[in-house]
Amino acid sequence: MSEQPFTIEQFYKHINQGRLMGGKCKKCGKVHLPPRPLCDKCLSKEFEWVEISQKGKLMTYTIIHVAPPQFQSMAPYAVGIIQLENGLKIPGMIRDVEHEKIKIGMELKMKFDTSIVQSQWPQWPRYYFKPA
Amino acid sequence: MIFQTSNGQRRKKLKGKPLVSIVSAGLSKFGKLEGLYAREIFAQAAKEAFDRCPNLDPKKDIKALFVGHMGESYEHQGHTGATVADWAGLQHIPATRTETACASSAAALRAGIFAVLSGLYDVVMVGGVEKMTHRTTPEVTEFLAMASDFPFEQWHGITFPGLYALMATAHMHKYSTTEEQLAMIAVKNHHNGFLNPKAHMQKEVTLEKALSSRVIAWPLKLYDCSLITDGASCLIITKPETAKKYTDTPIQIIGSGQASDSIGIYERESLTSLIAAKIAAKQAYEMAGIKPEDIDIAEAHDCFTIAEIIAYEDLGFCKPSEGGKLMESGETKLDGKIPVNTSGGLKSKGHPVGATGTAQAYEIYLQLTEQAEKRQIKDARIGLAHNVGGSGATAAVHIFRRE
Repeated sequence: MSEQPFTIEQFYKHINQGRLMGGKCKKCGKVHLPPRPLCDKCLSKEFEWVEISQKGKLMTYTIIHVAPPQFQSMAPYAVGIIQLENGLKIPGMIRDVEHEKIKIGMELKMKFDTSIVQSQWPQWPRYYFKPA
Repeated sequence: MIFQTSNGQRRKKLKGKPLVSIVSAGLSKFGKLEGLYAREIFAQAAKEAFDRCPNLDPKKDIKALFVGHMGESYEHQGHTGATVADWAGLQHIPATRTETACASSAAALRAGIFAVLSGLYDVVMVGGVEKMTHRTTPEVTEFLAMASDFPFEQWHGITFPGLYALMATAHMHKYSTTEEQLAMIAVKNHHNGFLNPKAHMQKEVTLEKALSSRVIAWPLKLYDCSLITDGASCLIITKPETAKKYTDTPIQIIGSGQASDSIGIYERESLTSLIAAKIAAKQAYEMAGIKPEDIDIAEAHDCFTIAEIIAYEDLGFCKPSEGGKLMESGETKLDGKIPVNTSGGLKSKGHPVGATGTAQAYEIYLQLTEQAEKRQIKDARIGLAHNVGGSGATAAVHIFRRE
């Protein structure tokens, strides 16, 4: 595991395996989600991978009606920022729930959509959230 | 504690001293300028600035140019510095493009201030330009989104209005801000823009119309969003000591601040304020030696209505949580205690992104030199411009004073 670089590319490789992984600074202990090559707190570059809880609470959300071309078929769709159990935050789509039932503070869990988008770059999988 | 910056002492030394003086300013018409290329639009703004200042010989006196321009995607044209310098008739002077997304020309203004303050040049032109309306709305949406995080925001379907909508929902939840208060920003700014002959959308909007417009990213509706606009703006700045050589009514810049934050809003400390704007404002106030209550007029970055409400709080015009109430009180209207966006703002005057920062400064210049005609604020002496890049990863604040 230690040879895996602490990059966004590697973060999405983990997502492809159904795992949410962050980089924990070996010097100051700060956990970075997504991982970074340089700790923004203490400037160390020594990290270890840690598994992050896939459950959290909704901090804020919006319903996107006017979408970019690649998301147009899904509109209107909900996106939000989720605070995970360990305090880390991550944005994502909220699916499998009626929009009227979405509430700040609701419990959500992460799901994975690993059907890779056929583009030259990037070939990252997607994740989303649904009610826990 | 976040406001403790290492060069605070240096700013205190500058307290109240003018950094530079504006001796002239120009603004193209804002709107759908069909058939015009960015360099041609910039030439319009430059020409107005030249004509406004007959004592200045542009070819002889202007020694450098800094121009804000966000994207080369619109016209397949980068290398904007040299291009607009040439088309403004300022051949061979050093010309450099600055880019901080929607705050690109505030960055140009700061580069100009540094150039003059360093003593290297006595007279510098700063400005900005963007030509956007010839592209389709999905294309423009995609180009603008490039100012936000790609791997975690854009990749998961979050649009640019979506980012401000996330802040709006959080603000409404935490502070009970209402959709009506957001719509009131649109009504106010459209009223001001109605009085500005250079505004893109010179028309009044009712509260009912704003509230019933189609949803873009709930809770933001069409009338909560600024316009896709073509336009250019510029200022001619000089050493304060020699400004009177060029004009009887120079406007001094007495404060300048700029700060940055995470590109992704999800990584930030707050979803209801822009820390970068708070830091930039703190720097500018400290340098100017004034407080928020000393400001007579302001141009605030209303790319979305919620952004103006957050700006009231970040700039200290009211307490955090009270931005919506400040709008409702009417104090930021033309006849209020602190009129905000007398130009019509990005909402009604328009938002050619690269041009916006110096277009805000242009409005403050007009107001402080009493040339704002139907929207003139009586006896305005101190003005502020608040320019935000992207969803708040950059913010710049400038403070201006009538001499």
